[in-house]
Amino acid sequence: MSSDLTELGVAAIRDGVAKGEFTAVEVAEAFNANVAAAAALNAFIVTTPEQALEAAKANDAKRAAGQPLGKMGGVPIGMKDLFATKGVQTTAASHILEGFTPQYESTVSQKLWDAGAGMLGKLNLDQFAMGSSNETSYFGNVISPWRRNDGGNAALAPGGSSGGSSAAVAARLAPAATGTDTGGSIRQPAAFVGISGIKPTYGRCSRWGIVAFASSLDQAGPMARDVRDCAIMLEAMAGFDPKDATSLNLPVPEWEAGLNGDLRGKKVGIPREYRMDGMDADVAASWDRGIEWLKDAGAEIVDVSLPHTKYALPAYYIIAPAEASSNLARYDGVRYGLRDLPDGAGLQDMYAATRAAGFGAEVKRRILIGTYVLSAGFYDAYYTQAQKVRTLIAQDFKNAFTQCDVILAPTAPTAAFGLGEKSDDPLSMYLNDVFAVPASLAGLPAMSVPAGLNREGLPLGLQIVGKAFDEQGVLNAGLAIEARAQFSAKPEKWW
Amino acid sequence: MSVDTATVAKIAALARIKLSEAELAAMVPELNGILAWVEQLGEVDVTGVEPMTAVIENHLRLRDDVINADPLTGGDNRDGVLANAPAAEHGFFGVPKVIE
Repeated sequence: MSSDLTELGVAAIRDGVAKGEFTAVEVAEAFNANVAAAAALNAFIVTTPEQALEAAKANDAKRAAGQPLGKMGGVPIGMKDLFATKGVQTTAASHILEGFTPQYESTVSQKLWDAGAGMLGKLNLDQFAMGSSNETSYFGNVISPWRRNDGGNAALAPGGSSGGSSAAVAARLAPAATGTDTGGSIRQPAAFVGISGIKPTYGRCSRWGIVAFASSLDQAGPMARDVRDCAIMLEAMAGFDPKDATSLNLPVPEWEAGLNGDLRGKKVGIPREYRMDGMDADVAASWDRGIEWLKDAGAEIVDVSLPHTKYALPAYYIIAPAEASSNLARYDGVRYGLRDLPDGAGLQDMYAATRAAGFGAEVKRRILIGTYVLSAGFYDAYYTQAQKVRTLIAQDFKNAFTQCDVILAPTAPTAAFGLGEKSDDPLSMYLNDVFAVPASLAGLPAMSVPAGLNREGLPLGLQIVGKAFDEQGVLNAGLAIEARAQFSAKPEKWW
Repeated sequence: MSVDTATVAKIAALARIKLSEAELAAMVPELNGILAWVEQLGEVDVTGVEPMTAVIENHLRLRDDVINADPLTGGDNRDGVLANAPAAEHGFFGVPKVIE
């Protein structure tokens, strides 16, 4: 029984529990068992099997009492360890927050619990969500459940920063997980492990209680095995929150009910600047197949131009570190987290020692870059220039969306790479987000859906970018691809 | 623009991150690599372009000017605020002596 239940996604669990085909407790026990048996993946920083069970019991009791269950009724999920969870350690995968036990619950996680979800545990990630491979976590690398088909056992990156989330969903440790996306951190890991994930329009999901990285970019979203599951979970996560100054005061659409893969009358833009010299042949081929699938779904394909594409990554690597250097100033060894107080040290020495001991190398690198680009004399040349370029990038999308409804592109320029392959060179790691970052800078909804396997037997994702507030259009195009890609591959269990 | 060891040391001091000599030496070429790469933004003609201030147009709200309007983010929660402090004493955050 248990191995069957962990093959189910969000909708199937919700419906099965509601119909009484199985109990929420049986589901929670099955996933708890998979989590407990998957320590080799290092996907979780802490596990909370008792919380998953407790939520399941509450759902079963509600059903027994004849009460309706929530949108996520009976569905256990993984929670990225960037969301503050009351009474459960929240670290952002950093040493500086090791042992930090929030006194409050983040808005998004609270909404999920209110919708009937239960927590399997806190998922590993790149430290402060800074990374594309989950190699910057203080708590060790997450190992992708996928392996290349070359017979070797090379450990592969699950993507990042939501690498624990992607690995857990792909390995059937959770039917779904939360992610956050600052410059691709939901979409790229989803693509690397053959699952779906959507970053909604900036402001849809409250940032309250999410450890801040780059506040003008950070946005939470669901990661799950298919488009419908993402739609359900996003409905539960989204909504206005007065505690987040940038929260959108808009009703949450019924995305699940609105799912429709018939794209007749829709136009899909293909951005010519994304077809880069030396593009990976399998990635290019999967993009071409995606175009054919959307044509088959009735869409008209149009060529569009996003002329400032090549400047998106450099602009991002000024803006995000600048915001990070400001946001991470709060870690000072006084109010929470680590304190390193050398003998005889004064307050300033304590700050410097605490931050030296508490932050990893990539976090320090980004804080230093951010401090530099914001410093007197350099602010205009770097930060203001980057924010102007950001305006142009957003304008590019606005112009393109006068000709099309959604944009189709690859999610990442490659399939999953091996752990250690890019970690020596920060720039080559940054370049992996080349297709993901533009939509983040423009605050647009964007989704990755599995498109097939490459010649190494590894998943590739296709990305759909939509107009602001048009998550439905993005989900629908995703559904059309999903119906034609028929992606059913899953990693062979070795852990 | 490129940075030398002294500049990186100054940035690290501003950022309140203590770096060893070896870390400092390693950080200089890394930062220079990233700075040389972001330099390409200088090519973009931004004449008449406003820097972005809000990615999605939204108006900033003000909360009611009431003490503890929201019990979660208001006051009267000293113990919760201090619960994770590395050194809380007598209802305050404890810090090393700041007056010589």
